[in-house]
Amino acid sequence: MENIRELQAYAYFFFTLFLVVILYSYIVHLYRSEKKGTRDYEQYGKLALDDELDSKPIEPQETKENKEQK
Amino acid sequence: MVNAAMEYDYTVSKWFAYLSIIFGIIGMVVGVLIAFQMAYPELNNLFGQYGTFSRLRPIHTNVVAFGFTLSGIWAAFYYISQRVLKVSIRENSVVHGIAKLHFFLYVILAAGLVVSLLLGITTSKEYAEMEWPLDILTVVVWILFGLALFGLIGMRREKTLYISMWYFIAFFLGVAMLYLFNNMEVPTYFVTGMGKWYHSVSMYAGTNDALVQWWYGHNAVAFVFTVPIVAMIYYFLPKESGQPVYSYKLSLLSFWGLMFVYLWAGGHHLIYSTVPDWMQTMGSIFSVILILPSWGSAINMLLTMKGEWNQLKESPLIKFMVLASTFYMLSTLEGPIQAIKSVNALAHFTDWIIGHVHDGTLGWVAFMIIAATLHMAPRYYKREIYSKKLMEMQFWLQTTGIVLYFSSMWIAGITQGMMWRAVDQYGNLAYSFIDTVTVLHPYYTIRAIGGLLFVIGLFMWAYNYVKTMQSGKILEKEPAFASPMGA
Repeated sequence: MENIRELQAYAYFFFTLFLVVILYSYIVHLYRSEKKGTRDYEQYGKLALDDELDSKPIEPQETKENKEQK
Repeated sequence: MVNAAMEYDYTVSKWFAYLSIIFGIIGMVVGVLIAFQMAYPELNNLFGQYGTFSRLRPIHTNVVAFGFTLSGIWAAFYYISQRVLKVSIRENSVVHGIAKLHFFLYVILAAGLVVSLLLGITTSKEYAEMEWPLDILTVVVWILFGLALFGLIGMRREKTLYISMWYFIAFFLGVAMLYLFNNMEVPTYFVTGMGKWYHSVSMYAGTNDALVQWWYGHNAVAFVFTVPIVAMIYYFLPKESGQPVYSYKLSLLSFWGLMFVYLWAGGHHLIYSTVPDWMQTMGSIFSVILILPSWGSAINMLLTMKGEWNQLKESPLIKFMVLASTFYMLSTLEGPIQAIKSVNALAHFTDWIIGHVHDGTLGWVAFMIIAATLHMAPRYYKREIYSKKLMEMQFWLQTTGIVLYFSSMWIAGITQGMMWRAVDQYGNLAYSFIDTVTVLHPYYTIRAIGGLLFVIGLFMWAYNYVKTMQSGKILEKEPAFASPMGA
């Protein structure tokens, strides 16, 4: 019984540590990709404001109509 | 790029908005009646068996949660999704047809639910009272909603899904999973020949049933009262105020945090019950951690107003939304406090829990739905909102109602909990149950009056909405940000 409790305690500790690492890695990932210029997350905030049917999409989806335009 | 004649089509969105107003009034009028019944029990005898608290209470909860709230969410969904995906639902007749079918089957389902509950037909599982035939119809309605959701996403011009769309997707997937697992039931007649054809029993028994039930029950709060309402505020507050969301990165982080944490918190409904102790502890801990992603979204909303706080004074719509996110913060702090084991020992089964539920649902959910419909109305009808003054009055009346509601329930709940636990020097209980009932009477009356104020506000909302449709000043073009309002 003591053994399984000890095992549970270790599992609990390392699992928590693992989750904390995941959480912080995601934050680092968000900031790093902005810094490197791969993605500007904050520009997506404009999606709620500039939302007319004929507004220019921030990142246009590849559709038949815009392929033809190219 | 887009056909010049093409514009957003709000037909289905409007239908859901009408339903939301109707269900809001029905559900909350019943709520006020049963609140008065708690204070004045003779009101139970008004309509024979159909007017008793036990018959009406599930009608109140179901009509408000799955009538008013879901309709409000879908009204917003069919509006927001077209706009942030930059696609009109009219561009694809199949998706548009599915959306309409979604609406009509939902109306049939809602009618079936109300009638069956009035007749006393129920599975007796809280918030999952529908019997199996209606459960099957629910699944069909949900699949249609999913087809419309992913249909619109498939048609989109904007590649990136705005944060609201992530929340709508989570709403669809979360409810689908929860609903299916909690409503696994055995139709008694077809399996054993016993009972009526529509009766069923849960596939799970005893503690397992309780665990699945509260995993579902609490996550119904997560995926109906939280996730889609967050989707709505992430669109409507920035749009109405003209300010982009304060931090898009924070919105993403909060999204994944909420998704991961919420599903584990349901165990807090079963603290000090027969479920394993570690599950109770887990439910408790995850509830406390839940403060972080919840406050992440709420603070993000308040910071969106940075430098623009004058709008709070000027616009009743901004008032509704800012107070909604403030109530969201309040109830997501209150819930975790109640989930701490030692606090739960006092709070469980008391009116404090009912107070908690209502500051969340009235302050956060209902305020967001009211704000959403009034933001959409000028865009639906190309008319100004009929009366700003009426909206201001509604806001203050309802806010007073909510404060009366939760403060009376806090006092009632803590009094109740303390009296149940009180013992004399020999360890005998100091009070009998009826002693608590006598003491709580004034608080029950205050609660019912609070509810009544809120319902009067709902009638003002409905009146303002209908007048906007009929006689609001006609707008030349669609407003970009702040919704225009008549005096």
